[in-house]
Amino acid sequence: MSALQLENISKIYSPRRRGITDVLTGRRRSSGFQALDNVSLTVEHGEFFGLLGPNGAGKTTLISILAGLARATHGTAKVCGYDVVTDFRAARQSLGVVPQEIVYDPFFTVRETLRLQSGYFGLRKNDDWIDEVLTNLGLIDKADANMRALSGGMKRRVLVAQALVHRPPVIILDEPTAGVDVDLRRTLWDFISRLNKDGHTVLLTTHYLEEAEALCGRIAMLKRGRIIALDTTEALLAQVGGHDLEDAFVRFMNGDRVEEAA
Amino acid sequence: MSSTPVLQRRDDMGSGFPTLLRKELQRFWKVAFQTIAAPVLTSLLYLLIFAHVLEDRVQVYEGVPYTSFLIPGLMMMSMLQNAFANPSSSLIQSRITGNLVFILLPPLSHLEIYGAYLLAAIARGICCGVGVWLVAMLFISLPVHNAGWLIAFSVLSCGVMANLGIIAGLWSEKFDQLAAFQNFLILPATFLSGVFYSIHSLPPFWQAVSHWNPVFYMIDGFRHGFFDASDVSPWHSLAVVSVVFILLSLYTLRLLARGYKLRN
Repeated sequence: MSALQLENISKIYSPRRRGITDVLTGRRRSSGFQALDNVSLTVEHGEFFGLLGPNGAGKTTLISILAGLARATHGTAKVCGYDVVTDFRAARQSLGVVPQEIVYDPFFTVRETLRLQSGYFGLRKNDDWIDEVLTNLGLIDKADANMRALSGGMKRRVLVAQALVHRPPVIILDEPTAGVDVDLRRTLWDFISRLNKDGHTVLLTTHYLEEAEALCGRIAMLKRGRIIALDTTEALLAQVGGHDLEDAFVRFMNGDRVEEAA
Repeated sequence: MSSTPVLQRRDDMGSGFPTLLRKELQRFWKVAFQTIAAPVLTSLLYLLIFAHVLEDRVQVYEGVPYTSFLIPGLMMMSMLQNAFANPSSSLIQSRITGNLVFILLPPLSHLEIYGAYLLAAIARGICCGVGVWLVAMLFISLPVHNAGWLIAFSVLSCGVMANLGIIAGLWSEKFDQLAAFQNFLILPATFLSGVFYSIHSLPPFWQAVSHWNPVFYMIDGFRHGFFDASDVSPWHSLAVVSVVFILLSLYTLRLLARGYKLRN
């Protein structure tokens, strides 16, 4: 049983409904937007897996399908062997997701936020683990601060803490270091690497390719909803002869464009 | 790849429903001045103004002063408006700030989400109703004739509005859409339902129209619990309110199960 399994996943977002102005001007209803096109992917337990691609490639859609925030148009997705639709409870209990956007509930303090998130997973007495997560993410002295009072970087740390509050075997980080300082990056990667060493599977999307190169054992590259490369980081570098992942990434993306043009 | 043993999900996870309910209760309780005290004050102002103007001119039921007649209507109006406001404001705020994702990522079923929003809305509605009653008691005594009717109509009526609040909160993508729902549907339905008058005082056409307004039955049945008198039988009102509650609940549950505007 794999940590993450996607089989022939396609996602077409429904077209916008025709409004009165569309009817009056005779504008046709669009056919929808295909975000993912027949994606199949398996991530094994204990892997540190990178999902790379330009903006709009389908990374967040893929994560949303795994997290139950979006439904695949075709195909099946499983987390730790549990189908994300038919066995959604077990699938979501097995998964922690750090969303891309910094979002928070302004009514609560950091500790209240984590206790609530813990409670949503049905964990009442979880303070020991919450304290451990707070300490490891450098949040312990902000535990009683209201979420509104935190800086952007601190809020992002809380997002990470919320994803880890039920100690999930699989952790998905959707661009967790976008716009954050060096200190948080180091703290975050130290902690996530330690969790990975302890057996947690990590799926990471990032635009910082040096981070992906340093951390990820295997990488998939997405372009326009399709996987165009999938292998170990070393093998990917060897395939295109790039001297680093950024170079290889550019070559894969451009090579694909040449292929399509031909 | 790591050679450590495969991690499993924790086996001590229960239901997230109690926490979501507690959070929705805390959400209004933390700002009770705005969510409970303010509606109570508004009702009190209605009471002072209408009672002052109409006390000696209007008598609806034999032996019941107009001020006494007015209080259950104001209690129910406050309950309805606040039961609607609780889930609708919670959902739209969460949607706009983006923190709705925190209840969509955990393993909460649509039934658990529905139950938490429904019960919190009923709780807020009843807090407001009790608040209006207690403050009104400072001015006039209003003994309870039948607590069973009061409880039944309070809970069911707040439940109806909670459903409408959830539907409005799911449907609205902007605050002005929610305001339209509130101003063009909820407010007229509550005002034109016999809060301030008996429908028997209306012309026949408007009496007939009122009978199509479920809020009329909520207020009329609720009043029966205080005065043992009402425009229609309380059993008739109970049947109407129950059917509306069940139909709206089924519709709301269907929307939540489909993930309407929640899960793409």
